Amino acid sequence: MYSFSGKIKLVAILSMVVGLLGIGYSFIAAPSTVEALGVPAGGDAAHAEHVLQLLKNKPWAALYVAALFFMLISLGVLAFYAINRAAQAGWAPILFRVMEGITGYLPVGALIFFVLLVLSGLHLNHLFIWMDPQVVAHDTVIQGKTAYLNVPFFLIRTAIYLLGWIGYRQITRRLSKAQDQASDNRPFVKAFKWSAGFLVFFLVTESMMSWDWIMGLDPHWFSTLFGWYVFSSFITASIAALILVTITLKGQGYLEHVNDSHLHDLAKYLFGFSIFWAYLWFSQYMLYWYSNIPEEVTYFITRLNDFEPVVLGMLAINFLLPLLILVDSDIKRKPWVIGIMSVVILAGHYLDFYNMIMPATVGDQWSIGIGEIGSVVFFFGLFTYVTFLTLTKVPLIEKRHPLMGESEHFHY
Amino acid sequence: MASHYEAPIRNPLIVGDKTYHDVTVDVARPVEGKANRLWWIVFSVALSAFLWGLGCIVYTVSTGIGVWGLNKTVGWAWDITNFVWWVGIGHAGTLISAVLLLFRQKWRMAINRSAEAMTIFSVVQAGIFPIIHMGRPWLAYWTMPIPNQFGSLWVNFNSPLLWDVFAISTYLSVSLVFWWTGLLPDFAMLRDRAVKPFQKKIYSLVSFGWSGRAKDWQRFEEVSLVLAGLATPLVLSVHTIVSFDFATSVIPGWHTTIFPPYFVAGAIFSGFSMVNTLLIIMRKVSHLEDYITLQHIELMNLVVMITGSIVGCAYITELFVSWYSGVEYEQYTFLNRATGPYWWAYWMMMSCNVFSPQFMWIKKLRRSILFSFCISIVVNIGMWFERFVIIVTSVHRDYLPSSWTMFSPTFVDIGVYAGTIGFFFVLFLLYARTFPVIAQAEVKSILKSSGEKYKKLREANPNNSH
Repeated sequence: MYSFSGKIKLVAILSMVVGLLGIGYSFIAAPSTVEALGVPAGGDAAHAEHVLQLLKNKPWAALYVAALFFMLISLGVLAFYAINRAAQAGWAPILFRVMEGITGYLPVGALIFFVLLVLSGLHLNHLFIWMDPQVVAHDTVIQGKTAYLNVPFFLIRTAIYLLGWIGYRQITRRLSKAQDQASDNRPFVKAFKWSAGFLVFFLVTESMMSWDWIMGLDPHWFSTLFGWYVFSSFITASIAALILVTITLKGQGYLEHVNDSHLHDLAKYLFGFSIFWAYLWFSQYMLYWYSNIPEEVTYFITRLNDFEPVVLGMLAINFLLPLLILVDSDIKRKPWVIGIMSVVILAGHYLDFYNMIMPATVGDQWSIGIGEIGSVVFFFGLFTYVTFLTLTKVPLIEKRHPLMGESEHFHY
Repeated sequence: MASHYEAPIRNPLIVGDKTYHDVTVDVARPVEGKANRLWWIVFSVALSAFLWGLGCIVYTVSTGIGVWGLNKTVGWAWDITNFVWWVGIGHAGTLISAVLLLFRQKWRMAINRSAEAMTIFSVVQAGIFPIIHMGRPWLAYWTMPIPNQFGSLWVNFNSPLLWDVFAISTYLSVSLVFWWTGLLPDFAMLRDRAVKPFQKKIYSLVSFGWSGRAKDWQRFEEVSLVLAGLATPLVLSVHTIVSFDFATSVIPGWHTTIFPPYFVAGAIFSGFSMVNTLLIIMRKVSHLEDYITLQHIELMNLVVMITGSIVGCAYITELFVSWYSGVEYEQYTFLNRATGPYWWAYWMMMSCNVFSPQFMWIKKLRRSILFSFCISIVVNIGMWFERFVIIVTSVHRDYLPSSWTMFSPTFVDIGVYAGTIGFFFVLFLLYARTFPVIAQAEVKSILKSSGEKYKKLREANPNNSH
């Protein structure tokens, strides 16, 4: 059994407190009237109103990115878990309980995220412009999409995705515990079937959630690749998070049978998914750049004009760095190297989500300040707390998993 | 690399009471024996189709592209459809030998050799089309950036058709090297077994003096791994670049960002189906049922099912986004596909690609050889229609209604396509009689871990299993 170490608990709680203070401050500090902007009277009123709207969005958007990002990390680990169960991977079972620990955050994160969406639906913020009846009244493009983009349907869809994912997580968790007590492989076989079913559900809902929660922020823009692109981003972040939790547990003396071959495999996934992410990023970008159709290309023009350091920074972090460093086989076995790389790649994919969401919500008023950092720190604390708390609930190694023998003796 | 322990729940990959020698004999038998009548009949049919196709090609090149069914609106039809179809089929070979190697899938070992052969032969077929669909194919070398006497007139590197030249030629060369490297130990085996001087001479030449020393094997493994690591991005990028031919355009129905990964998924889908078609026959006629087992067929069916679902997801995504985009041209394109004059092609594609692989969820069906064989052919018909639908229905009706038209192929279009199928089978049939169709060196490496006999021995005596 894992016992929650006091140091991690302290860091997690401290992060939550500091994060909350930062979030609170960012909401208080956000201007509420045009006068508070300090714009000289007689200036362009419409422009000032627009800027005000963006600045009012800023703390909300900061919260939104972080809440979404950490929830998707948990979801990505869940998908990875399902893939390994469905593929009957021989190396992975030893890490299943670790993955289950991380996916323990999914119900918590999903609840917070759902509340955030409900608040948007109640017009407490202006993140989704299609939720604003005044905007829709003057916008024929959005009017054409209201059959899909309307608050009740939006929230119902969201609830279905979240409940489906959480449902799979709870069911396999129960089956995984049942396998420990069982005298045959029935729970294992059941978990295998549930995993195959979940992957189908995930394939569909993953695309839809990316249209709803991210692409919908720019309701004039569309891209068919978008769903898979979002997937490639958060699955990479998920592997990085899985590596970090594994290394932490191993460092504390748990996970006796996890060896450098397991780390090597995880690092290969980190490397592979990083390249895959870059492939999809480039495909989407290049196709719009090449054809240069005005209604599509504005998406990237805004980002390259207003968010240049973010775009270039994340490309360097998410593609170049892993390409150059993680290509070496020996390096992929060194916990400290892949640990550092995981932290850096997590930051890089946070920037990716930041870059997907901010241009639509805060535009050129973006900055990475107290609100943004506070949100990340808060959710980091919560994520860590829930993950390590879940890890204390059951033994870190499944007892009667039929492939555990392979996983324990795994060498590459 | 291989662990010393295998879970009892894993099914054996080699059935029967096989020894290392049995593997050698079984693999060498088709090469050392004589072709039977059936082989000669099939070979003659394939050869005739090939020669007929060759005639159609000569006729096209010497008379002009006008002998095809193309018109001023539809400038690409069967030519590029067949090109993409053949490239797509070729992808499964690299998938099986490279991607499955990276994922340590032991079951790939019985099928990788034939899958790679299929890759090479279908890329050769694909490579014919970019040349013969040119108006002036004798100037094809102008696509190469070669210094010349026109003030060093260069190519424009912005065209995906030029990227195709690099992609396909690189793909063919790397696949060929990857394949041949793997063949060295097996050719050496045939060399060492040959009794007739001529065969001995030939297999000595092609096996490059392989003597199987420890150092050689160590380097061999390393090279395979590196090539697999390189071939994986290559296989993705090649079909991606093929998809760029359409996706970089501004044609509604072509210009969409999902094409790169979706074409790749479609390529795996059709390629695995073709492997299934070929191997189901090959295991029977070459008596290799002990190596290409029902387990292999089932696993290939699962890959077909998964990639079929991904392709289905992409279809739905395209449909949704065409509606969501609010662009009337996009919306019309999909309406035209489903209800226009080529509705039958669209629904053919939908039923073959989206619905048929879903039968594989049923264990009884995916373990039925006859059913797998039928579905594998259905999928390849569907994937041909997919490319046809994408290419023709997007261009025959686009922005200007005044240029709307129809397309119907001539006998030359059909003849060339039939010719490539003939040529493919000529090559594949010759291969099946002269090459070791199963990578015996690799299969021997899993005989003790995954052979039925050894698995049973371990079960009977679990204490010695480690």
